[in-house]
Parts: sequence; structure tokens; C-alpha cells
Amino acid sequence: MLDAAVLIPALPLTGFVILVVLGRRLGDPVAGWVATAAVGGSFLATLATWQGLLEREGEHRSVTTTLFSWIPSLNVDVAILVDPLSITMALFVTGVGTLIHLYAIGYMRGDRRFPTFFVYLNLFVLAMLTLVLADSYLVMFVGWEGVGACSYLLISFWFERNSAAVAGKKAFVTNRIGDAGLLLAMFLLFGGVGSLTYGEVFSRAGGLTTTTATAVVLLLLVGACGKSAQLPLFVWLPDAMEGPTPVSALIHAATMVTAGVYLMARSSPLLELAPDAMTVIAIVGVATAFFAATVACAQDDIKRVLAYSTISQLGFMFLAIGTGAYVAALFHMITHAFFKALLFLGAGSVIHGLHHEQDMKRMGGLRRLMPITGATFIIGWLAIAGVPPFAGFWSKDEILLAAWNKSPVLWAVGLVTAVMTAYYMSRQVYLVFFGDRRRAGVDEAHAGDDDDAHDEAHDVHESPATMWVPLVVLAGLSMVAGVMNLPFSHRFLVLERWLEPALAPHEAAHTATGTKIGLAIVPAVLVVLAILFARRWITRPSGDGLEPAFLRRAWGIDALYAAVIDSPGRAFAAWSAFVVDRRVIDGAVNGVGAAVREGGGRLRAVQTGYVRNYALGISFGVVALLGWMLFRAGP
Amino acid sequence: MNFPLLSAIVLVPALAALAVAVLPRSRDDVVRVVGVVATLAVLALTVVLVVEFDTADAGFQFVSRHRWINDFGIDWALGVDGISLWLVALTAVLFPIALLGAGPTRDVKSFTAWILVLEAACLGSFLALDLFLFFVCFEIVLVPMYFLIAGWGYENRVYAALKFFIYTLAGSAFLLVGMLSLVFLHRAATGDLTFDLATLGESTAIAASTGRWLFLAFTIAFAVKVPLFPLHTWLPDAHTEAPTAGSVILAGVMLKLGTYGILRFSVFLFPKAAVDLAPLLLTLAVIGMVYGAIVATMQADLKRLVAYSSVAHLGFIVLGTFAFTSQGMTGGVVQMVNHGLSTGALFLLVGMIYQRRHTRQIAELGGLQKPAPVLAAVFLVVMLSSIGVPALNGFVGEFLVLAGTFVTHRWWAVVGVSAVILAALYLLWAYQRVFHGEPEGDNATMRDMDWREGLVMAPLLVLIVGLGVYPKPMLDRIEPSVARLVQHVQDRGDLKTPTVEAPQPDPAPGAEP
Repeated sequence: MLDAAVLIPALPLTGFVILVVLGRRLGDPVAGWVATAAVGGSFLATLATWQGLLEREGEHRSVTTTLFSWIPSLNVDVAILVDPLSITMALFVTGVGTLIHLYAIGYMRGDRRFPTFFVYLNLFVLAMLTLVLADSYLVMFVGWEGVGACSYLLISFWFERNSAAVAGKKAFVTNRIGDAGLLLAMFLLFGGVGSLTYGEVFSRAGGLTTTTATAVVLLLLVGACGKSAQLPLFVWLPDAMEGPTPVSALIHAATMVTAGVYLMARSSPLLELAPDAMTVIAIVGVATAFFAATVACAQDDIKRVLAYSTISQLGFMFLAIGTGAYVAALFHMITHAFFKALLFLGAGSVIHGLHHEQDMKRMGGLRRLMPITGATFIIGWLAIAGVPPFAGFWSKDEILLAAWNKSPVLWAVGLVTAVMTAYYMSRQVYLVFFGDRRRAGVDEAHAGDDDDAHDEAHDVHESPATMWVPLVVLAGLSMVAGVMNLPFSHRFLVLERWLEPALAPHEAAHTATGTKIGLAIVPAVLVVLAILFARRWITRPSGDGLEPAFLRRAWGIDALYAAVIDSPGRAFAAWSAFVVDRRVIDGAVNGVGAAVREGGGRLRAVQTGYVRNYALGISFGVVALLGWMLFRAGP
Repeated sequence: MNFPLLSAIVLVPALAALAVAVLPRSRDDVVRVVGVVATLAVLALTVVLVVEFDTADAGFQFVSRHRWINDFGIDWALGVDGISLWLVALTAVLFPIALLGAGPTRDVKSFTAWILVLEAACLGSFLALDLFLFFVCFEIVLVPMYFLIAGWGYENRVYAALKFFIYTLAGSAFLLVGMLSLVFLHRAATGDLTFDLATLGESTAIAASTGRWLFLAFTIAFAVKVPLFPLHTWLPDAHTEAPTAGSVILAGVMLKLGTYGILRFSVFLFPKAAVDLAPLLLTLAVIGMVYGAIVATMQADLKRLVAYSSVAHLGFIVLGTFAFTSQGMTGGVVQMVNHGLSTGALFLLVGMIYQRRHTRQIAELGGLQKPAPVLAAVFLVVMLSSIGVPALNGFVGEFLVLAGTFVTHRWWAVVGVSAVILAALYLLWAYQRVFHGEPEGDNATMRDMDWREGLVMAPLLVLIVGLGVYPKPMLDRIEPSVARLVQHVQDRGDLKTPTVEAPQPDPAPGAEP
């Protein structure tokens, strides 16, 4: 069944081509169904390939199918690498992708550019699959840039809105900074081992010095920080929420932003050579997780809370990578894909139902008006908060355990972050789904909005089936996904045993069972307390209070970048363009031109046309010559 | 093959220019047909050339040699190798597109004649194996371009045309002096008066110190044409004022005369000097890459912005050339072709916008994606190719250049990578201001691309995607010739820096299949 591997990227490619050619003719909603079918087919092909892989023994579960030679002088082929890691990624990319495509048919209904949306969406899935199925860093980079380009297109999909256009550009440029790191990492690898193919790089990596390996890993981390929105390159992700909500769910929560984690896991043999770099990864991860969680506590936009939450959860995954717990990182990546996609789609359903209202302070009580959205959202909330036995509990537990083994400080910060996660998610749920609907106009800041004019309460509606079916499926997965890696005994660690051959072994300290149980109970108890606190705090009549402006503005980092990089950069560019280029360099050129013209004008005076002047000149010349000859001939 | 393919490629447009010149002024329709048929005939011949080209042969193929001026040892000598092959192909592709996509609105006869003369001269420059023949073609190129800018350009065309002409002619003076010195020094040492490229390249008659001066003379002439920082300021003026077809050819083909000249003549004739002076040229290249990009961000005129992006992109080519690795140089050649395609396409698109909106000022445009989604989509693809997004053509060249440079000149490559970030910045910002937002006034009703314009852009788009996804046929033909040149530089230039360790087959197969 491994032959089906080619179909995994081929089907979204076909969908993309069909929609480019016929999209406008197919229109709304057929174009959406074509796109969904393409990704759904790709999911089936992935399942078939997975079966094929399961039929093999552990060590033989890595098969490369070369399609064609891409850049011969770098020895890079376009090839499909099927191994447990890539198939795991492909499974959830296509699986979650199919659900979100389906959802988008409902969500984007009536949009003027409905077919275009699905063109981009199929192209995105193709790029994401290229990223995960590549067998070399270079082809992986093709997908890496491809998803970035699609992300740009989809964030600025509603390009008429200036904020969307700016956000798209910001995402692309910020990611490019990361990409520069990734490029340099590839150059170092190529210079060091003479190849960019995973297999060859990892088998020859032993020859690298620790310094080079550390540099490579840190540069890879720069790339990963861009794509996965880690400190200090996270700034694009909150703004990326300008894109339609299915995009936020698919690209900016479930799949693309996890590419950085995938890159790190894929490079685990290199990471193992660079212990210092791993510590840096862990610190970046835990710092990002903590920072983003604090910011999420103070956001009022329903999608921005989820955006910062995503940044925070990705930070947990980096923490796991940095502690060598690659499986835990991937486990959390998968469970996060389920519950975060669910939460985003639920938020989209709310936004859809409320006619593009995104301010949580103006929601409330929606549990009754939107029962399915409400129920599924609550499941997602319990999963991300880490309430047992929902999926998030198990995967976060693994990460905290790994953090404990590396350093109690990492563990403590991780624990605080987990508690904050429970708080801000509860805040969101209580604001949106419980209590009474807070009417438009309550918040003075919004007094000028147009939406305030009409009363919407009566036409709040539950979303259509194309939208709630994906919610129900994802809710189911968020409840039970924990079973793929239960820590009770080796036999239950299904995911770990499955992924092991594709990852570098990492020697972890053995933890006593008692400690393990303790480490599982402490966060669970604290999380429940945080939820209870949030319930008291949010539902009390007087409203907010725990939302300082400092957190609301994300610690002022955006403003800092604007002040330190943007304005001076612009001034410098203007100085280069208008002073250096136009006045100095071009001024010199025109100056030479003017000097020549001037000199020519002066010299022209010599050519008078009067023979007597020339005769005078000749006589002077003769005298001078004679004088010189006399002088030379003298003593 | 006995058919003089290369001579035909050069002479077809030249003869067509003559034919156009004798046609009566009233027969614009015939003139147009002659122009298009001639350029398409060149394209057809070039396709034959690419197909018949022997991939295994690193030297010059299809050589055709006839004595031209016996007393001075000057030959009509043409030949093609993996480096010039793609520049000939690029020329052959861009000329019909420029004629069809941005033909003249008035004085069709003169315009077409100049374009055809230009094509002949460009092709002659790329194919010449004789220094004198090259010089003649290289200089002829200036004349039609001068008249195209001065005759069919925009408001400030006379200033721009004159600046372009004098600036490049001043550069050429160095080339003339350098060339004659080389030839006569060679004769003084060997008694053999020849302008033959291969003979002069293999000659050991020139002392190292003299070689350095001659290298500089050649390189200054080419650096003006490239243009290499800080000799670039004629370019934005010429680009902005030239008619669309002129800009397409100027950026697409003529700038490559500079980078090609450096590769074919400066480096090949004076490898020792090239190696010694490489740090200088690498530095100027990197400055140009970053500086061009920074200055581009601030341009208010869309055409000027594209012009400065050329300064940045051409820096990549020079960087790859002086890296003296097979990857870097191959990347440089690939980048020459890619820049021609992407920038040519960008100028055509800007021309379409100008034709509709009668302005190139970014501030006066906005929201164009709404009335013109197809134009916007094509612009987007071309822009992404210019940014260097992989799976489109631009990436292959950029990556090879930077990877090849990193191995021998690490820190130059590191700075060069920042140009990759900046390219995204200025192009996306321009795209945002031109195409995004809510369109107002005339912008809201701008006409979208019609099928004829689409047909003109289609081959460029196909090449942009095709060369990005499957560059192997191109790379396979470039690499042997580049490897030969790198070898030449290593042998003759005492190149001490270790070259890239070519990826060997895995010593332990099966470690991970």
C-alpha cells in the first residue's frame, strides 16, 4: 500500500489545478466540495500508506520514493519520505485539513471569492504535505516557504481591509527573518557534510564539531521561531487572525505553525549533538509559553485569545523538544491540533452566528442559542485546560514530566503557565457561553461601531451542518486522543513505540512512579482550582479587573519593535534613497558630467578660428621647444 | 550539423531590420508582421539549438569561424557553451514577447527596426568568440537602445537616454583600451596577432601585474553595464523613462551583457587577477544587493522600484561569479536567466498598469486586485518568483549562489542572506499599496488583463514555474561549462581556498534509505 504515498500530495495538487482552471465556473459551493474531496482523498491515501508501513518491521519503516532529480549539483531529489514521523504528520494534516475544508464550505458561503479561497486552501495543503514528506532539508524548505506564501495569501484574503493586507505582509516578512536562519543552517550543513538529504546528513553528522552542530541547531531554531511564532518572532501570529477563521484553525493553529516543532523533531539527531542548543530551545519554549499565556489572560477578541494560546502551547512543544522529549512534543502537537482546531472553528461558528462580532465582552449566554457550538467548545476548553481525562491532560503531563527531569525551574514555569491556560480559557468560555448576553454599546470603546445600530439578539443562530459536523468530530477526538500515549506502561505508549525509529534516542533520567503520579496530580488539582477561580471572578457582576493594559498590549513588544526597528529602518532607507543615492552617488555622476561640459566650454575658447592666434600659439611652441633643446644640449 | 545555426540566429534579425528599413512607412501592418516573424524565427532556431546541444561537451559547440579582417587577425567567430546557451535562449524568448506585449503605438517602422538591430547585437555579443566581434556587437547595442529610450520614452527621456549612452560608452572606453592592450601585449610576447578568445585565455604572455590592470579595465566596462554598486545610477533613470519594451529588454537582456562579460572575459582572460580582486567585487556585489533593496523600499515610482530591485538581483549574480565554486557560478548563470524572466514580466505588468491608469506612482494606485484579479494574480506569481520563493524559478539561482558563496566566502554570504529578507519587504509592501485596500476613483474601474495580454504573459509564467520545479535540463547544460571555467580559474589563478566538497555517494548505504 506504500505506492499510495504519491497520491498524498498528488490529490491536493490535482484539486488545486482543477480549481485554478475551473474554479470560477464551479462556483459556490461546488468548488468547496471539490477541494474537500481532494484533501479527503489525500487523507485516505495517507491511511493506506500508514497501513503499508504498519505491515513492516520497525527498522524498515522508512521508505523513500524518488520522483525526479531537482538540483543535481546539490544532490537533491524531489522525493517522498514515508516514515512514522512523516506519516503521523501527514495523517493529522490531511485529517484535520479535510474537516476544516468541510467547515469552510459553510463558513465562506456567499463570499465573493469563494473559489479562490479553496484554491489557496488546496495549495496550502499541498505545500504542507511537501514540507512533511520531503526527504531533504531543501525540499522541506520548498514546502516551508510554500505554506508561508499561502499563509500570506489567506491572511490578506479580505485584502480590501487594510489591516488584513498589513497583517499578511507582516507575517511573510517576519517569517522571512526566520527563513534566513534556516537558509544559513542549510549552508552550514552543506559545507560541513556535503549533503542536504536527511539520511546523509544524519549519518555523517558525527563528523561535525560541536560548535558547528550547535550553530546549525540554533539557526534551525531561528527558522522554527519564525514559523512557530516563538519569542522574539511571534508578533505576526496575533495579527494573522485577520484571515478568515478556517484559515486560523488550519494554518495558524493546527498545521503550519507546528512546522517548527516538526523541523526540530526531524532534526533530533543533530539536536543530540548540541546539548547547549537544546537548553536554549527549552528556555525559548518555556519563556514563550509563559509570556503568551499572560497576554492571553487580557485579550478581549475571541480569536486573539486563541492566537496567544496557540503561541503558548507551541512554547510547550518547544520546551518538550528542548528537554529531549520529542514524542511528548509530537503528542502534544497532535492533541493540540484537535482541540485548538476545535476551539477556532467554534469561535468561527460564534463569529458567524453573531454576524462578525469578535469582542467577547459583547457576548454571553451563547450556550443556549448555539447548543452544538457551545457543547463542543466546552469539550475543547476542558481538553486545553488539562482536565483529566481529556486529551490535553495527557500530553501536557508528559511535557511537564520531561521538564521536571531537566530542571525544576522549567517545570515550575511550565506549571504556572498550565494554570494560567486554565484561567484564560475559562475566562473565554464564561464570557462567551455563560451568563447573559451583554448588549452592544455596553463598552464605550465600541460606541461608534456600525453594528450597534441594529439589534441582533433575535437572529443569533446555530451554524449549518457543514460547520457543526467538523466540530463534533474534533470534539470526539479531543476527548479520547489521550489514549494514543497513556503513561501507565510501555504497552500503552503506542505513539512512543510507533515514532521511536524515526527519532534520535534521548537518554532521559528515570523517574520513580510515585514522582510521576505526584507530577500528574499537582497540575490537575491546580487547573481545577484555576477554573473555579475564573468562574467566580468572571461571573461576578462588576466585570473585569485582572486585565492590565501592559498585558493587553502584549508587554509592548510590538510597539518596541516599531520604535527600534521600523522607524529607524524607514529613516535609514529614506536617507539611503534620497541622500546617498540621489545626491551623493548620482550627484557625483552628474558632477563629472557637468565638469566635462564646463571644461569643454573653456577649451572651446582656444579654437577661435583666427589664424593669428594659432600662429602665436605655434611661435610659443617653437620657442619653448628650442629652449628645451638648448637646455638639454647644454653642459 | 552543417547548417550555420549560430550565424543564422544572429543574421535573421539583422536582415529583418534591413527589410523593415526599406519597407515604406505606410505599411505598418507588414512591418509588424516582419518583426514578429523574425523574432519568432530566432526563437525557433534557438529551440533547435537547445535541443541539439550536447550536454556532455563543456566546450564551445556549433562553432562557426570565418576570417573577417585578415590583417588584424579578426574572425567572425561564433560558438555556444552552457553559459551562453541560456542567455541566447533568454534573448530569443524576451524579444518576441516585448514586441507582442509592448509594441509601438507610433512610428512602428523605426521602432521595429531598432528592436531587431538590438536583438542581433545582443545575440552577437553572447555568441562571439572573437574579442573584436564581441566589442562591435557590445557597442552596437547602445545605439538602438538610445533611440528607443529617446524616441518612445516618457517625460524625462532625453536626459535618461543621454545619461545611459554616455555612462556606458565611458565604460566601454576602458574595454577598448584593455582589449587592444591585451592583444598587442600578446603579440609582443608571441608574435601572434589575434583576437581569438580561447587563444588569449590560454596565453601566459601577460604578467600578473599587467593582468590586474587589464582585468580592471574590462571589469569597469562590464560593471557599468551590470550595474554594480556604485556605478548604477544610470539604471533607474533609463528604466523609468524607457518604453515598456525597452525596459523589458534593458533589464532582461542588456544587463546580462555585463555579468556575462565578467564571466566570459574578465574572469576567463585574467583568472589570477580575478582571484586576487575577488574580495573587492564580492564586497561591491553584497553592498549592491543590500543597498539596492533598501533604496527600492523607498521608491515612489513603481518602475524605479523594479529598477532598484535589478540592482539587488544583479548583485547575486556577481556574488556567485566571484565565489569561484561550481555552485556559485552555476547559480549566477541561472540567476541571469531568472532575473530576465521575472523582471521582464514585472516591467510588462507595470506597463499594463501604466497603460490603463497613466501613472506609475504607487501612491496614486491602490486596491487594484478588486477590479483586476487576473492581473493581480499574475503579478503575484511574478513577484513571488522575484522574491525567491522556492518551486518558482528565482529560488534555484539564489540558493545556489548563496550556498556556493558560503563555502568559500562565508561572511559575504551571511550578509547576502539579508537581501533575501529585504526583497520580500519592498516587493510585498509595493504589492500591498498597489493591489490591496479598497480601490477608489479610476482604480475601482480599471480593466483586467485581456486574453491577448494573457497570451503574452503565459510563456513567462510557464517558464517561471517550469524552471522552478524542474531546473535540471537547464542545470545539466550549464554545469559542465561552469566546471570547466572554475577549473581554469583554479589552475591559472592559484586559487587556494578549498572548493566545495562535492556531495559524494553515501559511503554507508542503508544507514537510512
